[in-house]
Amino acid sequence: MNIKTMWRHIKESFKSIKRNGWMSIAAVSAVAVTLLLVGSFIAILMNANKLATDIEEDVSVRVYIDLAAEEEDRIQLEEDLAALDEVESIGFSSRAEELDNVIGSYGDEFGLFEGDDNPLYDVFVLNTTSPELTADVANQAEDMNYVAGVNYGGATADRLFYIMDTVRNVGAIIIIALIFTAVFLIANTIRITIFSRSTEIEIMKLVGATNWFIRWPFLIEGALIGFIGALIPVGIISYVYLRGFDTIMRYLSGTYFALLPPQPFLYYIIALLLGIGVVIGSLGSSLSIRRFLKV
Amino acid sequence: MIVMSNVYKKYPNGITAINGLDVKIDQGEFVYVVGPSGAGKSTFIKMIYREEMPTKGTVKVGEFDLANMKLSKIPFLRRHVGVVFQDFKLLPKMTVYENIAYAMQVVGKNPKQIQKRVLEVLDLVGLKHKVKMFPNELSGGEQQRVAIARAIANMPRVLIADEPTGNLDPETAWGIMDLLEEINNQGTTIIMATHNSDIVNSVRHRVLAVENGRIARDQEQGEYGYEH
Ligand SMILES: Nc1ncnc2c1ncn2[C@@H]1O[C@H](COP(=O)(O)OP(=O)(O)OP(=O)(O)O)[C@@H](O)[C@H]1O
Ligand SMILES: [Mg+2]
Repeated sequence: MNIKTMWRHIKESFKSIKRNGWMSIAAVSAVAVTLLLVGSFIAILMNANKLATDIEEDVSVRVYIDLAAEEEDRIQLEEDLAALDEVESIGFSSRAEELDNVIGSYGDEFGLFEGDDNPLYDVFVLNTTSPELTADVANQAEDMNYVAGVNYGGATADRLFYIMDTVRNVGAIIIIALIFTAVFLIANTIRITIFSRSTEIEIMKLVGATNWFIRWPFLIEGALIGFIGALIPVGIISYVYLRGFDTIMRYLSGTYFALLPPQPFLYYIIALLLGIGVVIGSLGSSLSIRRFLKV
Repeated sequence: MIVMSNVYKKYPNGITAINGLDVKIDQGEFVYVVGPSGAGKSTFIKMIYREEMPTKGTVKVGEFDLANMKLSKIPFLRRHVGVVFQDFKLLPKMTVYENIAYAMQVVGKNPKQIQKRVLEVLDLVGLKHKVKMFPNELSGGEQQRVAIARAIANMPRVLIADEPTGNLDPETAWGIMDLLEEINNQGTTIIMATHNSDIVNSVRHRVLAVENGRIARDQEQGEYGYEH
C-alpha cells in the first residue's frame, strides 16, 4: 500500500472520530482510566519488587543473643559465628543501642522501654561474603547455642513478595475487567461508524475495493482511540513519577534502597501503555469489523 | 466471456430463484433480461458480480470461476464488472466529481489518472458542467448518468444494469438508453434487466426471457414479452 492511500485512511479515521463525538470520548476515557490503573499498578509493583530485591541483597544477618547467655557463652558464640566460612565480618549492637535505633525510627513512645524494661536483645550483625549466602548463614546460626532468633533481609523480602503477589492478583482482575470494558466501548464506537458508512462500504465493495482497503480506516480509528486514550495516563504517570521519585529518594538517601530511576523506567511504561492502548483499540475495532462488515 | 451452466440458486429461506439456468454471453454483446416479477432476473445478475453465490453449477466471467473463487478475489472480479441500479446509490455528501473519483481511489488509481478519467466519463454522460454539484441537486436522470459514469470509470469489460430506467420518466429513460448504447459501441458488454417494453422493442438486441429461474426464451433481436 502506498503512503497516499495510508494518508487517506488516517484522514478518514480522524473525521470519523470527530463525527462520533460522545461515543469517541467515552471510548477514549475508558482506555484512559484502564491504562491509568495499569500504569500505576505496574509502577508500584515494579518499585516494590526493586525494594524487595534491595532488601534481599542486604547482606547482613542479625543474630539475637539469648538473654540467659553469660559473658563466656557470648564469646563462644561470636567465635563460632566468625568460624563460618561465609561470614566476612561481625559487628555487635547492644540492646540499649537497638532500642535507640527503634526510638530513632519509630518515635519516643518506645522511650518507656528504656532500662530494665527493654524488650530487645543484644545482637551480632554478620556480613556475609556474598548476598545469596545470607539464608545459609542464618540457618547455621539458628542452630547454635544461646541464639534467641535470627533475622535477615530475606524474611522481610519474602513478606513483601507475598504482599505483592496478592496485590498483583487483585490488580490483574480489576485491570482485565477494565480492558474488557474499554474493548467493548471501542467496538461500539466502531460499529456506529460502520453503520453510518454502510452505503459507502457497499459502494466500495461494488467497485472492487479490497477488503483491507475497507478495513483499514476502521482499524486505524480504533487504534487512534486507544492511542489518544493512552496519552492521558502517560502524561499523568510521568508527572507523578518524576515528582514522587524526587520526594521518596530524599527519604531513602543514606540507605542502599532506591526506586527505579525514571530513565529508562518511564520510557518503558510509556511505550507499554501506548502499545496496550493501540492493541486494545485495534482489538475493539476488529471485533466490530468481523461482525458487521462481513469482508 | 460469461458462461453459466446448469446453475441453481436456492436462498437460505428455501426459495429457489434460479433453477437450472444455462447461458453464454460474448464480449461486446448487448443483452436484455426480461421476465415477470420474481422470475429471478436480479438473482441472475447478482451472480455475475458474485453478490450471490450459485448453490450448484458453474458461473464463469472472463478468467474468474465464480463458484470456486476465493473471497479475496472478489474485488478483482468487480473491477471488470460495473454495476448500475434502479436507485443510483450515489453518496449524498460527495459532489458528482467526488462520487466518481471515489470509485477510482478505492482501487488505488493515482490522482492524475483519476482526474483525467473522471472528466472523460463525465463528458461521455454529458454532465461535465455539473461536476461540483451534489446528487440532491440533480434530476433522477442526471443521477443515473453519474452512477453509470462511476460504473464505467474503472473501464470494466461488462456493465450490468438492473432496471436502470425503473425510476425514470420515459423521456429520460431514452436518454439513459442512448448512453448505454454508446458505451456498448465502445466494446463494453451490457446486460440490462428491464420491464420497459418500448425500449426492448425499439432498440433491438438479444433478449433473455427468464421465467421460474430458467431461460424460457433466448432470441437475437428479440421482442419484449413472456408467457405468464
Ligand atoms: N436475498 C434473498 N433472500 C431470499 N429470497 C430472495 C432474495 N432475493 C430474491 N429472493 C427471492 O427469489 C426470487 C427471485 O427474485 P429476484 O429478485 O431475482 O426476481 P426479479 O426477477 O428480479 O423480480 P423483479 O422484476 O420484481 O425485480 C423471488 O421469489 C424472491 O422472493
Ligand atoms: Mg429485480
